[in-house]
Amino acid sequence: MSTTFKIRKGLNISLKGNAEQSFGEEIRSMYYTLRPTDFVGLTPKLALKEGDPVKRGEAVYYDKYRPDIKFVSPVNGTIKSVVRGDKRKLLEIIILADNTDSFISFKNGSEINNADGLKSLLLSSGVWPLIKQRPYGIIANPEDNPRDIFISFFDSAPLAPEYDFILKDKRKEINAALEKLALLTSGKLYLNFSAKSKLPELIDKKESYEINFFTGPHPSCLPGVHINKIKPINKGEIIWTVNAADLPLMGNVLINGDYNPEKIISIAGSVVKSPRYYKVKSGADLSEFLKSELKDKNCRVISGNVLTGSDITSNPSLGFYDNCVSIIPEGNKFEMFGWALPGFKKYSASTAFASKLIPGKKFDIDTNFHGGHRSYVVTGEYEKVCPVDIFPQLLIKAIMAEDIDKMEQLGIYEVIEEDLALCEFVCTSKTEVQEILRNGLDLVRKEMS
Amino acid sequence: MKFIRNTVDKIKPNFEKGGKFYFLHSTFDAFETFLFVPDKVTKKGAHIRDAMDMKRNMIIVVLALMPALFFGIYNTGLQHFMATGQEQLFWSMIGYGLIKVLPLIVVVYIVGLGIEFAFAQFRKHEVNEGFLVTGMLIPLIVPADIPLWTLALATAFAVIIGKEVFGGTGMNILNPALTARAFLFFAYPSWMSGGRVWTSGMMSGEGIIDGYSGETLLSQAASGATHFVNGLGEKITSFDMFLGNIPGSVGETSVIAILIGALILLLTGVGSWRIMLSVLLGGISMGLLLNAFAVNPAMAVPWYQHLMMGGFAFGLVFMATDPVTAAQTNRGKYFYGFMIGLLAILIRVLNPAYPEGMMLAILLMNVFAPLIDHLVVQANVKKRLKRAVKINE
Repeated sequence: MSTTFKIRKGLNISLKGNAEQSFGEEIRSMYYTLRPTDFVGLTPKLALKEGDPVKRGEAVYYDKYRPDIKFVSPVNGTIKSVVRGDKRKLLEIIILADNTDSFISFKNGSEINNADGLKSLLLSSGVWPLIKQRPYGIIANPEDNPRDIFISFFDSAPLAPEYDFILKDKRKEINAALEKLALLTSGKLYLNFSAKSKLPELIDKKESYEINFFTGPHPSCLPGVHINKIKPINKGEIIWTVNAADLPLMGNVLINGDYNPEKIISIAGSVVKSPRYYKVKSGADLSEFLKSELKDKNCRVISGNVLTGSDITSNPSLGFYDNCVSIIPEGNKFEMFGWALPGFKKYSASTAFASKLIPGKKFDIDTNFHGGHRSYVVTGEYEKVCPVDIFPQLLIKAIMAEDIDKMEQLGIYEVIEEDLALCEFVCTSKTEVQEILRNGLDLVRKEMS
Repeated sequence: MKFIRNTVDKIKPNFEKGGKFYFLHSTFDAFETFLFVPDKVTKKGAHIRDAMDMKRNMIIVVLALMPALFFGIYNTGLQHFMATGQEQLFWSMIGYGLIKVLPLIVVVYIVGLGIEFAFAQFRKHEVNEGFLVTGMLIPLIVPADIPLWTLALATAFAVIIGKEVFGGTGMNILNPALTARAFLFFAYPSWMSGGRVWTSGMMSGEGIIDGYSGETLLSQAASGATHFVNGLGEKITSFDMFLGNIPGSVGETSVIAILIGALILLLTGVGSWRIMLSVLLGGISMGLLLNAFAVNPAMAVPWYQHLMMGGFAFGLVFMATDPVTAAQTNRGKYFYGFMIGLLAILIRVLNPAYPEGMMLAILLMNVFAPLIDHLVVQANVKKRLKRAVKINE
């Protein structure tokens, strides 16, 4: 039985520069970057060192505390450099690709029919980190048996890629991945689609899964919202989530035994000359490509969407989980009496700017902070953009006070950063909601272990 | 513009760490951000941010107060010349009102902002914009003749005891402007109540025509009048009350000016419609209830006139909606507002010692707002707990 959930709370930020549904030339690159910082709470340990040759599918580093979880190379080549930050924190591993096309061949997954066998294949082939765990939003623990697995088949974030477009030719891989993922839980596999999506037609054994539909503004695409609306997570429960855009990569491993992180991504934003879709490998260096594609050099390149993505301007290469690159102008300029002007060009969720008088207007929003940090004054604005049934502002206050009991009572297990990203966007007091929430999640996780 | 920016950039290093005026950095920051939206960009979290900020928020409230202020200036002159029996032109009324009201605003801002800047400096944080609104509210809720030194004292009390001791803007329990008014009301009652304080010039008594009464409608109602009259004994109609040419605090008399402000707050989403609506409903309910049992003239005052008398309308639009001291949850806001409306009329009618119930009703509910929120939040918490218990059984 499928239900259509109408999400009413939320916000669609209409940005200029949406990707048009056509392909640009495939992006090939010499350098590939792996970033351990893509993974929340991970302590990485290198398996190879600078100068070592590496094959596609070979582990480059692994999780120090769960060594089964491996992170593999997207290409053949040599480890060119290892970039470390403060306290020798591992930031980037840069691989110089060569043109050979040998790869590590994994066991064919089609015969696997139990969870343990599947887990060891997913772990050794480097696709395991695609499975994330709720609460906390960390890489799933292979020893768990999750209550359910939630998979979202759309992205409602600003400038996000259209999943109907990027997944339409991946029927075989998607079904292979879904069929096997069902082995990992004793509960259900929840597939959640946008109500307009044609993707359900691609799903073969519909009766094996629970299929639901969602309509409404962002964040209607987020697993946090789906879980809360369908079957909320409780303290002590574990739910796994997978992004549908990653299913082809997983499916390819299961069908061909080949780790080949080729993705279709959108490169979009007001600074991009022709925003559209490209084929590219995870981690590929985009700097050569961007040289000819940008209208303005003073811009920020973001791996992921503008609400939750990471700033990759200094080394533009695609993050592990990301399916889009958003490029927006930097806002490092002063504006005289900006707070008092009518604001025909300014975007706000509130109705306090003249731009609200022009319906359907698209905005060229830059990275300006628009003010300074203040104490909380305004109330009720977070609730308008947060469909999860919690009190976001009170939760953030509880985290600021480091009151763990209160955090639990107010539902910290039900959210991760992306679920409250819009709260951060609309905040009049310019509170760093995502950072505070992560601190809270870390605190609770430490307390629980 | 370029010139100003360059000048600011030139003197800026003096106020940064290591500069000789570093101790004034909060003050500098306040003035710089007043002139320019800073070039600060997002560093973590969401890469784009809403254009709405605290300055915008506060300036909209100040803007919404302007009609009430302008009418208050005019009405101060009008009431004064009515009491002295002089026929005057519109502009001389405005002129008189300006002479009376502007000093109030200047004194409140100087005292209040002075303390705010000092605290910001001392605590090493940014100057919050909250006082821009408070500083405009205080002059509008006092009689025009209030001695400036008492006003300065009340402002200092409100900012220090009402706000800063709790941690500053955003942390206070009581509405600072009403704290100032309550301070005046209890510490200097001779300047805040009675028949003579509401008309400018009556306290000094010079040139006032014999027998002129400056009583507000509230005190007329409390003393058992069956219909309202102005100082000259002429009848006051409901339309006069709506227009606002009646004695009272500077900005509270004109319902129409307040409504324009309400419209600005509602259209921009800065004021909570939930609170405004529920205060209104609360006031109407209590008005109707009292009318039903009308055993004395005060109880017989029609419910719709209650909404236009005293500070009810002003409190409804500008005071009850203060987001810091109101209930924070949406459901809590309905209850909070409704109780304010209910209590304001109840206190007003049944407790003749305090003819103005709005101030006390709002302050009382300010104190109860955290409790209301607690109850609303507990409902959500219990729902979550129940779910978890079911799973574990």
